[in-house]
Amino acid sequence: MTSRKPSIAFVCAVAAMVGLVVLLQVVRERAFAHEAIDEQVLYIRSGEVLKRAALSYDALLADVYWIRALQHFGRERLKSAGDRRFDLLYPLLDLSTTLDPLFTVAYRFGAIFLAEPRPGGAGRPDQAIALLEKGIASNPAKWDYYLDIGFIYYWNLHDYQRAAEWFNRGGEVPGAPWWLKTYAAVMLTRGGDRQASRAMWQQIGQSEENEWLRQTSQVRLAQLDALDQIDALRRILTEFSKRTGSRAQSWQPVIAEGLLRGVPVDPARIPYTLDPQTGDIGVARESPLWPLPTEPAAAPELTNAMPPVPR
Amino acid sequence: MRVIRAIAVNVFKESVRDKVLYNLVFFAVMLIAASYLLSQLTAGQDIKIIKDLGLFAMSLFGLFIAVFIGVGLVSKEVEKRSIYSLLTKPISRQQFVVGKYLGLLLTLVVNLSIMAVAYYAVLGAVAWFDGAWYRPHWGAPAVDPALVEAMAMIFLQLAIVTALALFFSTFSSPMLAAALTFGLYAVGHFNADLRNFEAVVDSKPVIYAARALYYLLPNLAPLDIKNEVVHAVPVSASYLLLNTAYSFVYIGILISAATFIFMRRDFK
Repeated sequence: MTSRKPSIAFVCAVAAMVGLVVLLQVVRERAFAHEAIDEQVLYIRSGEVLKRAALSYDALLADVYWIRALQHFGRERLKSAGDRRFDLLYPLLDLSTTLDPLFTVAYRFGAIFLAEPRPGGAGRPDQAIALLEKGIASNPAKWDYYLDIGFIYYWNLHDYQRAAEWFNRGGEVPGAPWWLKTYAAVMLTRGGDRQASRAMWQQIGQSEENEWLRQTSQVRLAQLDALDQIDALRRILTEFSKRTGSRAQSWQPVIAEGLLRGVPVDPARIPYTLDPQTGDIGVARESPLWPLPTEPAAAPELTNAMPPVPR
Repeated sequence: MRVIRAIAVNVFKESVRDKVLYNLVFFAVMLIAASYLLSQLTAGQDIKIIKDLGLFAMSLFGLFIAVFIGVGLVSKEVEKRSIYSLLTKPISRQQFVVGKYLGLLLTLVVNLSIMAVAYYAVLGAVAWFDGAWYRPHWGAPAVDPALVEAMAMIFLQLAIVTALALFFSTFSSPMLAAALTFGLYAVGHFNADLRNFEAVVDSKPVIYAARALYYLLPNLAPLDIKNEVVHAVPVSASYLLLNTAYSFVYIGILISAATFIFMRRDFK
């Protein structure tokens, strides 16, 4: 009778062959380097084709494309600012939402990634709005999408009229919260007001249970605080110029003059920068608050001079 | 009835002997691993993706069991020549076919039930670690009883596929029967297109032929309610009932046809 146990020689031979196959692979890769695969490749771009091909497994495929979109966004964000390309972001989100038209997070988070100004995001608020409009087409009862579109018009495009329209439309959706219509009024009366921005980000931070969005709203609120502080610092620098007759080229002379107690720091505890050439104040690149948002310009009613009083 | 039950139990025991239920271990490991990995990969959507993944796995594993065991139900007995000894016993050919079918359904029911328990356990564990049973952006609670509706519809799909596999196995080789069953499974998700053929074709006979095929071929797409359930979109009881009635009648037709063909087969 032969033993069923493999002999030591047999095990060693198999182990040696496994080692050899790994070695051959390494040698081959060194001798004939693989052609680098362009990361920015999407073999199938038609969501309809994919939906058919997926049979009844379209929801899982939507998840796969959503994870790919997240990875694409994250990978590009890790690159240096100049090398970031978000070319695949919209196609991936479009595929994911075609495969699963009810995928709320893909619409809402996807729109944030798309609308986020460069270099932090794709800088494509137009695509973000298109994605959310697609979401409304498949789920008209979702007032959140109206809110998001209104917010993009407000925050990224500074178009208060359109923002107010979308907030109004959202407010008319059954089940929408009461405060949505108040946003419309705020847009029309106090378009570029920092307080209005603060109130909206606070609302988003409180209403969202998602950790990522909560953190984003905290960063936005800190950025708004930083903008307030920069305004205060500008006033201090103006005062310095008045007293000394020269422009401050660093914080030290301002401190020495007794106008500041130390180097001013932003809400993330990173010192503010002061451009010696232009005198511009900003947050440092290493600060989590960098880059500061382009602040919405004040609404026309706020910036226009008061009309002359008729005689 | 006793004979049918004996055959059915025998099919189930055979599938257990063939280690078919080993797929359950793979299912459980996959779900647990996925729940850990997904929490690292996704932005707050791990519950939705675990739900999708679980339902996908139930459907896919069930499909493989239904097809690969289904196509061998009759042909294996013929190949092994055990059919001769079986038919000498007081078993009618109808009882043989129905018993074989119910046996495989029993295997699928046991398989799906154990998967459902593991599925709910993983969802419960993920929610427990997350510290909440429900969060607004999930759309539905983590341990959602409505998921049973999706599982029931998956079972009905698999019951139709099993009937198809059994039907083909009564007159063709296992390889051909598997190809035909998979083909009809795919067609079953496309045939809504046949319904709208007039939009792309002008010829009346072609339109009527397409319409006939639409009613004749199995229509499996309406049985897919996985997405609705995961997104907490209500599915009406009447819709579920109609789907169940459709499946039962379609299975009845297939089993009757399988029995008819099997009765006419000559095993001399």
